[in-house]
Amino acid sequence: MTPSEQLDATFIALADPTRRAILVRLMTGEASVNELAEPFAISQPAVSKHLKILERAGLVSRSADGTRRPVKIEAAPMKDAVDWLEKYRKFWEISYQRLDALLEILQTPVNAPEKPKKQRTDDNA
Amino acid sequence: MPKPLTITTPGDRQIVIVRAFEAPRDLVFLCYSKPELLRLWYGMPDWTMPICEIDFRVGGKWRFLTRSPDGFEMGSKGIYTLIDRPMQIDQTETYDDNWTGGQTTNSVAFTEKDSVTTSTTTVTYATAEMRAAAAASPMATGMEIGFKRLDATLAELQAK
Repeated sequence: MTPSEQLDATFIALADPTRRAILVRLMTGEASVNELAEPFAISQPAVSKHLKILERAGLVSRSADGTRRPVKIEAAPMKDAVDWLEKYRKFWEISYQRLDALLEILQTPVNAPEKPKKQRTDDNA
Repeated sequence: MPKPLTITTPGDRQIVIVRAFEAPRDLVFLCYSKPELLRLWYGMPDWTMPICEIDFRVGGKWRFLTRSPDGFEMGSKGIYTLIDRPMQIDQTETYDDNWTGGQTTNSVAFTEKDSVTTSTTTVTYATAEMRAAAAASPMATGMEIGFKRLDATLAELQAK
């Protein structure tokens, strides 16, 4: 997979709430497919299907050893996806901070006297 | 202070950016539709915007060119497909070097409540592959940032 295909697979994998929940579960430690299926009220084949998508995205890996074949979370692809979103966020955050400043200026009546009350008193004097 | 900006990626083709502004909706709308205002806030502060042309009507074209301090240029253009003043602006967007693999459709919706205007920008790519291509683009790499936010995202996921 090219880096962009990798990122694509990561985003697709993260788009599903069940897969996000599986990742959250795996953050507490590795687990077998059976253990993963338990809290989700979905079948073991359904969990296996989700795991395949997560595995293709490189977000989880399965140990080849033993019959239990525990599933483990892999952080690197998620980090790439998050880093990209952070760059995107930064672009908009900076632009919007500039817009905040502009909106503030636009809402300040520049042509109005700076201290109207005092000036009016002066005019009257 | 307005709530911080949020970015989400619902589905596999969209990016949604939400931000609140302490200003009336009419004014925020103007800042998106008048080139002389838009060029004052769009993009990095140390970049210049040699071209900012907006023909603000349905079917009208827009064209931006931004330039980094070391001369790197990034241009984009598109057509306004819907203008519902002051509630919504839809437009197409294509980058000059086509690094998104084609055109995106961008929709900006404005809502106002208690003198705070919230803008919701939905960028829709033609395919999931296009969104990923954008991620590997000069826009992403050109926008300096090295934040390691995995921890924050993991925490976010955990809070769900």
